[in-house]
Amino acid sequence: MELLKNPAHRAWIILMIATVVTWYLGEVGAAGTTSIIAMLLIAFVKGRLVILDFMELREAPRMWRILLEGWLILVSSLILLAYWISLT
Amino acid sequence: MINTQAVPAPETPSGRRLPGDLAIWFFILAEMLAFAVFFAAYAFARAKNVEMFNTYQHTLDRNLGALNTFLLITGSWFVVLAVQAAHKDNRPAIARNLLLGWLCGGGFLVVKVIEYAAKFGAGISMSTNTFYMFYISLTFFHFMHVILGMVILTILWVQARKGVYGSHDAHGLESGAAYWHMVDLLWIVLFPLVYVMR
Repeated sequence: MELLKNPAHRAWIILMIATVVTWYLGEVGAAGTTSIIAMLLIAFVKGRLVILDFMELREAPRMWRILLEGWLILVSSLILLAYWISLT
Repeated sequence: MINTQAVPAPETPSGRRLPGDLAIWFFILAEMLAFAVFFAAYAFARAKNVEMFNTYQHTLDRNLGALNTFLLITGSWFVVLAVQAAHKDNRPAIARNLLLGWLCGGGFLVVKVIEYAAKFGAGISMSTNTFYMFYISLTFFHFMHVILGMVILTILWVQARKGVYGSHDAHGLESGAAYWHMVDLLWIVLFPLVYVMR
């Protein structure tokens, strides 16, 4: 599998599959805590692939990796927090 | 930021290297923080109006949203290939992949305009309700970033055609590419948040 040796190709394939999963969850009308967590996890995995393999921060100084991955965690946490507040 | 004369990001002793210019990364971080505030504002506004947000979210075209995700991810992928081509001194492939990435961005804009035309045609505006206010302002703010990304890709393409980038110098290309990937990254959060999560 010559194709999969390039991290960019690998990332593209996973990103495509993950997008189909999110779209499918929308099609079947997925709602509620489990589906929100699933969608946030998918977005996290996708975002991380963009940061590490597209932006090429895998081999960058750690601070920049932490800042961008930290942004993903911050945004996901805020969305989850707001969702929990909506339940109360 | 795409000035090839700009100071390259410093290499650390460990051999870890930040692609592109240091300044572009501060700019990207500032943009991402602005979007983080926007995303949180949407999520907390929704918490106060769950039923209304859920009702009007149903009127959005999820298929077009997903199609746009494909376009931005693929556009990002082409730009990574352009950067990789520069490191291998494959000059024709740099310009070709930048052009393909630009076309994906163009496709995104066309799809978005079709989506907006349907909404505005139905008489929907920012003042219709809180959900549409967020939907229009968030996606339009992002739309403007796609346009800026395409302006940057155009400059990179012109420079690439002149043979500016190669294994000796890819800083300008890497800086522009990083911005383009940020546009992709933002949409990866925006799409599930506004179109799918309920």
